[in-house]
Amino acid sequence: MPEIPILKIGDCLLVSIQVDMHDRLAMALQDDLTQRIVADRARGVMIDISALEIVDSFIGRMLNNIAAMSRVLDAVTVVVGMRPAVAITLVELGLGLTGVRTALNVDKGLALIRSIIDSDSPDADRDG
Amino acid sequence: MSDSRNVILLLIERHYQRILAEWLACQKRDIRIGDAQREAEAAELARRFLDELRRGAAIAQFDDIQAPEWAGVRQLLDDLSRARVLQGFTSGETAIFVFSLKEPLFELLRREIGNDPDELAREVWTTTRLIDKLGLYTVEAYARTREEVIARQQQELLELSTPVVELWEGVLALPLIGTLDSERTQIVMESLLERIVASGAEIAIIDITGVPTVDTLVAQHLIKTISAARLMGADCILSGIRPQIAQTIVHLGLELNVVSKATMADALALALRRSGKMVTNRPQAAASATPAR
Amino acid sequence: MQIETAEDMPLHSSDDVVRVRQAVRAHAVAAGFSLVDQTKIVTAASEVGRNTVDYGGGGTLRIEVLRDGQRKGVRLTFTDQGPGITDLALAMKDGYSTGNGLGLGLSGAKRLCNEFDIKSTPGQGTTVTLGRWK
Repeated sequence: MPEIPILKIGDCLLVSIQVDMHDRLAMALQDDLTQRIVADRARGVMIDISALEIVDSFIGRMLNNIAAMSRVLDAVTVVVGMRPAVAITLVELGLGLTGVRTALNVDKGLALIRSIIDSDSPDADRDG
Repeated sequence: MSDSRNVILLLIERHYQRILAEWLACQKRDIRIGDAQREAEAAELARRFLDELRRGAAIAQFDDIQAPEWAGVRQLLDDLSRARVLQGFTSGETAIFVFSLKEPLFELLRREIGNDPDELAREVWTTTRLIDKLGLYTVEAYARTREEVIARQQQELLELSTPVVELWEGVLALPLIGTLDSERTQIVMESLLERIVASGAEIAIIDITGVPTVDTLVAQHLIKTISAARLMGADCILSGIRPQIAQTIVHLGLELNVVSKATMADALALALRRSGKMVTNRPQAAASATPAR
Repeated sequence: MQIETAEDMPLHSSDDVVRVRQAVRAHAVAAGFSLVDQTKIVTAASEVGRNTVDYGGGGTLRIEVLRDGQRKGVRLTFTDQGPGITDLALAMKDGYSTGNGLGLGLSGAKRLCNEFDIKSTPGQGTTVTLGRWK
């Protein structure tokens, strides 16, 4: 079964979803990511979905789960590369990607993670 | 029926050149054919039509012009109609090509069998029916082609009139102009989102100064587009909302949920600020002897 | 209205759902759908297809490409012989889910399509029909 590779960029992890996901793969990815966030002390997780032609509620669920787990582990999740047709369909579907931030591409995603982490210094107020 | 076929066939065989000449004269009289080149084309077309008619009349029934035997004639009329649409003729002028054939044919019929009124009546009737059918077919072919041309032009207009402009690095602008129907709005919005991906611009200014009215459907498309842009990681600023539109939006109870500025200039200023850019005056250059104009 | 093409596909596993998505996409492209319309119907098919596998105990999908004069459409019929849905109205409500999810499957699929129909008999099975026209 093909695994989804997880790359490390500085203190961020990058996951590129290239294949049609099914349940086992999604579960495996969530497990792997959680382990890697802890092992690498990652502060940010970037999920690149630029290869995805559709995002249904199953994938949406997976993205929300990853974001929720990351948050518990004090990491920021950013989804990048959403295609216009996918965005339009998600709006129509009424799917809320709660707790998931988005950026246009990997560069901007990294910049977004940076700005969130930097503003989240020990002196600043933490929100709940 | 076979009698009639033979009569018309015989006529065309025996008096081919004459029918051709008189027919062309009628056409010239009734339509503005134009220059010599057009006349030559018309003559060629008439010749081909008579040939196809001869071929068809020899083997086919006159009642059903959709039969395969008449395919040659129909194809010719399709081509003729298409050419005439593009040349700007009316459907009437196009159909005259066919209808004016009656004149020389009836004249010849009268000459050949005028002494037998019953037979004359029969032949005239048969001829008229055939030519009427062909004439109507021409009118329908013309209408079909016209609709195709209009549809294609609409598509081209759509593409031309919805440009997305990059105002500054990372700032796109979409100036909407004219009335927005549902289909056009969808196409425009999709191309905006595609440009956002292609250019990596995080801010898109949607300017509706040039839009006279905004109804619920259009407003919904706007809202969906703005939501989609946000989902992708960009954001939108609405500008150019005129007082009437503002009232309509409030009356319709629509929650636009987006920053809106009165003018595109204000929107650009905001976009630049958000992008971390600042516009200042250049420092004064050292005084030099520049002659006054 | 005529049926131009029809294709039957099994729906018993995640891999089948993947194949269904690819097949629906191919038919939508052949029917001349725009990219956005393709995405909508493939997403709807994915939602209902997953339901068939996860809750219906597996079933089948029939993909039909229809023609109505000049218009072309795609009709998807999902059938299973599973436990059925006891409260249809509840299942169609936004955000409802018996599983572990966003639960937008059926109501979401309905929103993405021009035509939607669902018949279910508890203990016997469920049939969901989706339709999208160009």
